[in-house]
Amino acid sequence: MSQDFRIDKIGLINRDKKISFKFNGKNYFGYEGDTLASALIANGVHLVGRSFKYHRPRGFFGAGVDEPYAIVQLYKNNETEPNVRATEQELFEGLEAKSVNCWPNVNFDIGAINNFLNKFFPAGFYYKTFMWPKSFWYKVYEPFIRKAAGFGVASIKHDKERYEHKYEYCDLLITGSGPSGLASAYAAAKNGARVILAEDKPRFGGSLLTSEVNIGNQSGKEWAENIVAELKEMPNVIVKNRSQVFGYYDHNMLVMSERLSDHLPKSKKYSPRQRLWYIRAKEVVISSGSIERPLVFGNNDTPGVVLSSAAKEYLKVYGVLVGRNPLIFTNNDSGYETAIEFKKNGIWPVILDTRSNPNSEVIDEAKRMGINIKFSYVVVAAKGYKKVKSAEIAKISEDKKDLGQIENINCDCICVSGFWTPTIHLASQSGNKTKFDKEIDAFVPGQSKQEETTVGSANGIFTLEETLKTSFETGQELSKKITKNDNKVSIPTVVEKKLTKHDKFWCVPLPEGKKYKRFLDFQNDVVVTDVELALREGYRSIEHVKRYTTLGMATDQGKTSNLNGLQLVSNVENKVVPAVGHTTFRPPYTPVTIGAIVGREIGKHSKPTRKSPIHLWHEKNNAVFVDAGVWLRPRYYKQRDEGLFEASKREAENVRKNVGVCDVTTLGKIDIKGPDVAEFLNRVYTNAWLKLPVGKARYGVMLREDGIVMDDGTTTRISENHYHMTTTTAQAANVLSHLEYYLQIVWPELNVNVVSTTEQWAGAAIAGPKSRNVLQKLFPDTDVSNEGLPFMGYLEGNLFGVYARIFRISFSGELAYEVNVQSDNGNFMWEKIIEIGKEFSIQPYGTEALSTLRIEMGHVAGSELDGRTIPYDNGLQGLVSKKKDFIGKRSLNRSAFTAEDRQKVVGVVPLDKKTSIPEGSHLVKEAKSKLPNPKLGHVSASCWSVEYNNPFSLAILRDGKNMIGEKLFALSPLKNKTIPVEIVSSHYVDPKGERVRS
Amino acid sequence: MLHIKCPHCGLRSQNEFAYGGDATVKRPELNKEVSDKEWDTFVYLRKSPRGKHLEFWHHISGCRQWFKVERDTVTHEIFKTLKPNEDN
Repeated sequence: MSQDFRIDKIGLINRDKKISFKFNGKNYFGYEGDTLASALIANGVHLVGRSFKYHRPRGFFGAGVDEPYAIVQLYKNNETEPNVRATEQELFEGLEAKSVNCWPNVNFDIGAINNFLNKFFPAGFYYKTFMWPKSFWYKVYEPFIRKAAGFGVASIKHDKERYEHKYEYCDLLITGSGPSGLASAYAAAKNGARVILAEDKPRFGGSLLTSEVNIGNQSGKEWAENIVAELKEMPNVIVKNRSQVFGYYDHNMLVMSERLSDHLPKSKKYSPRQRLWYIRAKEVVISSGSIERPLVFGNNDTPGVVLSSAAKEYLKVYGVLVGRNPLIFTNNDSGYETAIEFKKNGIWPVILDTRSNPNSEVIDEAKRMGINIKFSYVVVAAKGYKKVKSAEIAKISEDKKDLGQIENINCDCICVSGFWTPTIHLASQSGNKTKFDKEIDAFVPGQSKQEETTVGSANGIFTLEETLKTSFETGQELSKKITKNDNKVSIPTVVEKKLTKHDKFWCVPLPEGKKYKRFLDFQNDVVVTDVELALREGYRSIEHVKRYTTLGMATDQGKTSNLNGLQLVSNVENKVVPAVGHTTFRPPYTPVTIGAIVGREIGKHSKPTRKSPIHLWHEKNNAVFVDAGVWLRPRYYKQRDEGLFEASKREAENVRKNVGVCDVTTLGKIDIKGPDVAEFLNRVYTNAWLKLPVGKARYGVMLREDGIVMDDGTTTRISENHYHMTTTTAQAANVLSHLEYYLQIVWPELNVNVVSTTEQWAGAAIAGPKSRNVLQKLFPDTDVSNEGLPFMGYLEGNLFGVYARIFRISFSGELAYEVNVQSDNGNFMWEKIIEIGKEFSIQPYGTEALSTLRIEMGHVAGSELDGRTIPYDNGLQGLVSKKKDFIGKRSLNRSAFTAEDRQKVVGVVPLDKKTSIPEGSHLVKEAKSKLPNPKLGHVSASCWSVEYNNPFSLAILRDGKNMIGEKLFALSPLKNKTIPVEIVSSHYVDPKGERVRS
Repeated sequence: MLHIKCPHCGLRSQNEFAYGGDATVKRPELNKEVSDKEWDTFVYLRKSPRGKHLEFWHHISGCRQWFKVERDTVTHEIFKTLKPNEDN
């Protein structure tokens, strides 16, 4: 393909390097340094998509972040990405993109019929049309809306790219490298401040890349290049391009998205695709520039209608003409600068100026060049469907209300300039109270809330001289506050053309009898009549108008539409714009990929994985692991073709019959020291602790202040002032915070210190009738007989040269011990236990067998201590002291907690002794009853009882104490099961607890 | 993300801390007769002020100390941070 719209000898692209790419299946080429947009325009392609609602043809409107139309689906390395702005996507070899929101293709789009049905699609048509009949919502309306909504299609494949997060601190963060940003950065950097300069585009310089100015004795562009080169050499400065500061959060935390690989065919091996920077800046200089405003006229959405600044940028940066027969439609001097650039490159533009008799250096130059200028003229409507072919123009009266005779003029593009809108998004996000500047008809930053200063055209300053002067001063003053240095840089002289005032006119009236659509929001297809309708229907607040009409929503967030929308509302309502106010600016300023936000915290990296020191042994012995909080624990050890059921049954049976060993390293452990520990534990636990002797352990339950059980566990008195507390695996961190809260805030007079030792100790539970035999062989020199180490006793021993703590405590209900050694010795201990236990038929058991053992014993655990139960509910009322006060005691008097039919833990057995009851099943009186079937309780934990060889469950049941022997039904709608059951005691095995004491 | 000055460690980012609730609430003394209303107020009732709020934070990924923060709930401005036993 030839590049009919590329011209020679102008632009910053590298003409030595051709790049081929594909758009809608067709091959094209461009040059290194092109964007997808500039390369397509060079090839004469202007039709890139279809609009959101009416499916009208869409071309290019801008040349950067403000682009509302040219949104494409990108294909790269077998991946696809939606909603990519063609104006920002840099060209790379092999790039492939497609149009969106059109079917079967962008040239012939069936959905375009909406354009002719437009009277059925006014503002708020969703709310009006899809109200009735109600049953239509799920089957008809919602699928229809979902299909019609949105632009691109998100990939459902796993994203193989890498994304990183980075934290950075600096004195000054400067957002934008136009003249104001460069001047501030340079002044601050020279004054010794740590500076980060962020530029969204690939090239630094902002408006200096396209404007005809001189700074010092250099062109604006050369000056920018030299400043950037010097900044890059300074050790106190970070200079980043392709980096968008998109969010301004509390306490001067800003977030920036850096695109490292989006302009490359493939990410570099050691570089992520994107990097998210969290930057804490002492001061922020917002130098985000301004965006040109559109003028509103009939069919102003036709491909070929572009912002005049974008036309200039395509010409000066990319050497690309948006048209060969341009019409410039302007209300200010900026349009003239574009016209002059066209003329310099041999193209004859026509300027329509809404002003009657403006005078300035730029206008004089245009006149000198012989450019055809029509004053007091407007474009009434663009003509042409898929591309501008001509325009209807007319003279406009002095009061801007009446149009003269309509004339036709040939043109292939219309470059519009409705003056400039400062980009105040970041300032507004920071909490700045923005104010309306009548001189420029736009909002500018006002009173700061955080440490930020806006400079340059983002602050409504549109002359280079003033911009440089104030920006140098700002950089100097802000850095001086921080570094206390006072190194000043001299402010260079500036040569620029003087401009005159713009015209406040922005919307062309409709000629009589014509119903042209005049677009306010190009991305969402919001036209003038939509907003007028919303106001007629009673919407007054600008926030409501926005939501009803969708004005200013979606991916461009109204960058080009906001102010014209406000102007319209203020005109109709007869209010001034500041009285209408603007909608809230929210981050992100431009869309951010989900990948960048998530960073490396994906899959297994979404939380830390903790492994016990015995983990490798478990792996080698076919353990199947389960997540337990942040820990990985063996669920069962697979032998031959066993599944979960067979393996856990075998392991649990072996504990009941012989002996088993379980890795209990994950239990929370807290080391407690101090003279007041007994008093502290007495307040924390519900039972009595003042008389626990040295060398003894005790089981305790702790409550929250609202009387709900928080956690349970054993605490052992190691020596006079030294205790060892265990918590459940899940609650370990919460319990530590809880203890610290009471020690530091509520009872600071208690002399007690707590520290987590969970990771310092490895633990093994040895359980079963033969556990004492194993223990005796592990510690041949220690008396571990029933007298030497009674139930709830504690000893210290020597395990083949390794110091060990031995606790006689039991979770399985069998005779059992827990041995703790320092973590580094954990694997040694474990292998010794396995080796010595062999003659007693020892087997390791996992969490599934552990659960089985505790469930059939009626020991409560996390599924019963679920944050909704009190001690009574768990059968732990015997542990609640009546004599002393403790955390949460007062709450236990609440009438609901003392009700006669209070819920209580019970056992549940299916009548057929065969059907396992799904956890979460509801217990009800009648199997079939009018819904909702009254629920009496729920099944909290289920197992296959190895003692009785039938299913057994625990449940929390209303009036549980009087329900033993009752016949109920367990309903599980999820599993579609109805099981007749009998309620039994929760202590299904060994109800007197004789085994643990044997 | 807030920037919070731990009285022991200095300025750190919010993700090192855990929020700990209203710091003006005083737990009734142990073993003291407490009316239902008084207890109910202590356990459940919290003000949700617009503006200045004295609250506890816990430097959970740092020195593990609890401390008081006076913060504006609207602007997130932090006026001061105090050790639990300090009033000013």
